[in-house]
Parts: sequence; C-alpha cells; structure tokens
Amino acid sequence: MSLFYLETLLIETYKIIFLVLPVLTAVALIVWLDRRVWAFVQKRRGPNVVGPFGLLQSLADALKYIFKEIIIPATSNKIIFILAPIVTMTLALIAWAVIPFDENLVLADINVGILYLFAVSSLGVYGIIMGGWASNSKYPFFGSIRSAAQMVSYEVSIGVIIINVLLCVGSLNLTDIVLAQKDMWFILPLFPMFVIFFISALAETNRPPFDLPEAEAELVAGYQTEYSGMMYAMFWLGEYANILLMCALGSILFLGGWLSPIDLYPLNLIPPVVWFIIKMLFLFILFALVKAIVPRYRYDQLMKLGWKIFLPFSLIYVVLTSSFLIYFDLLPKV
Amino acid sequence: MLIDDRMIQGIFFYIFALIAIVSAIMVTVSRNTVHSVFFLILDFVSISCLFIMSGAEFLGMIMLIVYVGAVAVLFLFVVMMLNVAQQENEWFQSKKSKEQNSSHIPVGFLISTIIFFELIVVIGGWKLKPEIFSNLKPEVMSGATNTHSIGSVLYTDYIHLFQISGMILLVSMIGAIVLTYKKRVGLKRQSYIKQISREKISGVEIVNVDKNKGVKIDV
Repeated sequence: MSLFYLETLLIETYKIIFLVLPVLTAVALIVWLDRRVWAFVQKRRGPNVVGPFGLLQSLADALKYIFKEIIIPATSNKIIFILAPIVTMTLALIAWAVIPFDENLVLADINVGILYLFAVSSLGVYGIIMGGWASNSKYPFFGSIRSAAQMVSYEVSIGVIIINVLLCVGSLNLTDIVLAQKDMWFILPLFPMFVIFFISALAETNRPPFDLPEAEAELVAGYQTEYSGMMYAMFWLGEYANILLMCALGSILFLGGWLSPIDLYPLNLIPPVVWFIIKMLFLFILFALVKAIVPRYRYDQLMKLGWKIFLPFSLIYVVLTSSFLIYFDLLPKV
Repeated sequence: MLIDDRMIQGIFFYIFALIAIVSAIMVTVSRNTVHSVFFLILDFVSISCLFIMSGAEFLGMIMLIVYVGAVAVLFLFVVMMLNVAQQENEWFQSKKSKEQNSSHIPVGFLISTIIFFELIVVIGGWKLKPEIFSNLKPEVMSGATNTHSIGSVLYTDYIHLFQISGMILLVSMIGAIVLTYKKRVGLKRQSYIKQISREKISGVEIVNVDKNKGVKIDV
C-alpha cells in the first residue's frame, strides 16, 4: 500500500521535472529571441556569437551569473532579501502546472484552473515588493511601490477580460476553455478584449512600455538595483517565465490553445503541442516588437489607462457579451 | 507502516493547520510590522490550502486572489509607506506610552472575547444538534462542481444579500474617497482633449511687444 504512494510520488516528480526543464529551456531561448528581435528592429545583429545564431547566449549569461559574487547589503533585511527572488521564481514556475499543452497533456487538470493562474499571477507582485523593501534603499523602494500599484491595477482589467471569456465557455477549466473554441477562436468575437488583454499583460509583467518599476533612466534598475549574481538572474528568469506564461494564457483564452486554425488535411498533421508553441511564439514576438518600438509611458498616464479606459471598457464589454449571449440564446449549458 | 488516503489527508491537514496557527500567532507577536503582514499572508495562503483540501476549491482560490493578491498588497503598501517598520511593536512591553496602550488593549480584549463566545455558540450548537442547521442549507445540485453550485444559489436565491453587500462596499469606497479627497489649487492637469484639439491658429499668437515693457504670458 505504501509502495503505491511512493510510486505515485515518483511519477509525479518525474512529470514535474519534465515540465520544468522544457519551461526553463524555453525561457533561456526566449531571452535570446527577445534580444534578437529587438536588435533586428534597430538594424543591429544582436547576440550571434555564442553557439549557432547565438542560441547559447543565455547559457553563457547564466554561467556568468553563477560565478559572480552575491552581495547582500549590510542594512538590508536579509531573510526577505534572499526570499524575494526565490518567491518570484517559484511563483513563475508553479503556474505552469495547470497549462494544458494538449487535450490530455496537463500536469494538474483542476476545475478552477483559470482562477489558479489568476491567483498565482497576482501573487507575483510579492517578489517585487519584498525585494524592493528589503533592499532598504530608495530606488528599489520606489520601484516596488510603483510596481505594486501597477500590477494591482492591471490585474483588475485582466480579471474582467477573463470574465468575458468565461461567459462564453461556462467552465473555469483551462481544457474546457480551449475545447469551447473548436468552432471559432475567441479572438474573433472578443477582438477588443484580446487587444486589452495583450496590453494589460505587458503591464502585468512589467514589460516595456510599462516597465516603470525598473525604469533605468529614473530608478537605476528599480527593485533589482541591489541584487547581484544568481539572485539577479533568478529575478530575470522569473520575469521571463511570467512573460511566457502570459503568452500561454493569451493563446489559451483567445487563440484556441493547441487547436489548429482549420481542421483540414495538411494542418491537422502538425501535432497540437506544436500549434500551441507557435501561438505562444507569435504572442511573444509581438511582446518583443512592442518593446523595440514603443517609448515608455509616464506613470500617471499608465494609471489613467488602466483605471479610466481599460476597466470601464472591459466592464461594458461584459454587459455586451452577456446580453448578446442571452438574446441569441447562446449561453453555454452547464 | 500502513499508509492510506485518510492518513495522507490528515498529515497535510495538520501541516497546513500548524502553519496557519503559528503564523497567526506570529502576526501579533512579531516586532516588525512588515514581518507581521508577511505572516498574515502566510496565514491566508495556508487557510486557502485548507479550503482546497476540504473540497472548496473555488473559495480557496478566491481567498488567494482577494486577500493575498489585493488586500494584503494594500496592507503592505500602507505599512511600508507609513514607515511603521521602524516603530517597534510597543503593545506588550509598554513603558513610555502607557495611556495609549490602555486604550488599545481593553477594546481588543473585548472584541476577541465576543468572537470567542460566538465561535463557542456556533460550534457547540453544531456539535450538540447537527440537524439544527439542516434547514438553512441551500439545495445543492448533485454532481456539479462547487463553482457551479455557488453560482446557482448566489445569483438566484441570495441575489438581494449579494447586491446589498455590493452596495455597502460601494458606499464605503466612495466614503473613503470623499473623506480623503482634497481639492488642490494650482494643479496643472493634462487634458487630452485640449491637447488634441489644439490648432495652429489658436495655439500660436503673435503679440506686438512694446519696447522696454515686456509681455505678460498667461498659460
């Protein structure tokens, strides 16, 4: 009997390792891709020296970070200072447990998958607040205060956008959300919501043009200022894992997850996982392009955009969606 | 040793319950206010784990989103902004400010006693007569997830209570804004409409300046 539990434990550990390793590899690759896209927009070459096309650049960077000294400021709150990057990294990784890569390829197929993702992404702010406060220094503190306000504001609009999608699905399970898009991806009926989701995701992950928490021109590097070595790298990895997660969430909510665009002969030969990765990559390249071409927002404009434009608009869209669904009797049967 | 499902559940329950209780004690005991808030967060997280373990996954997730994701962030925000981190928690080792403590502790004691007796009444009544609550239970669909069952009663049978609580929250939010709002004079606000509708003719003005007089510019 106890052997059964041991076996389950081993199998689950095996599954977790085979989820975390590809995610970490993908994070290393998208850091490279991000820099490459950014460089191409600016007519530079970008990292192209280490390995073929510079693919191993992130690995080289990681090696460099590992061998650097970790400096802990004397007046910092040491426990929280060390905990902060660990929290960021852990939260960025545990969210992947519910992401469905295929109809049955999911680690934990829980009923409230989307709520879990939302909860984990809303916890992400703690890594930044803890890091900023524990550093006991003014730039990190400003950065963390800004990011707390920013992430809480944009979470609200992401939540309302998710409600729009859930109205069309009738379930909180991520697999059900994807399967509900078999006939039509939600990007078609909910296109304005997709745009707002994309912009809110940029703000939620502190990407440019909303990278005010680490605005280098004003705050040195925001909450990361006092961090060095591997701890800095963990913030970095966590941030990119979160970006990838937002891409995955976007493709699950609006782009039909692992489904192929049309269920026709040459297209449905491609395995579903590949479709999912293509969609994530598409969203990520959009993220990278935005970084390259859009200047940084001013702080009050950022808040105005979140609270006075996105929130009312998405609320009105909830009313629109639900009245449309009720009028045409399209509400999902529970 | 024999391990079965109940035992594993028990182990996890006691782990989470222990973390919840210890962190709840640490919230009140710890000297640093910011540490208190972090322990409060830990408490919320372990309580939501207990919710999930007892099958109420929706409540557990909402607990995480609302309390940990929003409320505790605001707590932390306020505590850090007010810089109370440096003020040590002077509740128990009061020496310099006796009169302040004497105003806090009796009220806290009163409230905690009332809560304690309420708990005793509720749990004791439940233990004594389990059927006393059976007529209060709403009809729950069999086979539905608890998200579905909450939704089906919250927006039908309990819609008035739901809306009243929404109104209370709205009123308290507006009240807080009204109480703290101060109209500042001399503030230059950016108006998008004004900026966009600015034309070349109205935006530029040619002024004949008298010699040695200068011109007064008023924006």
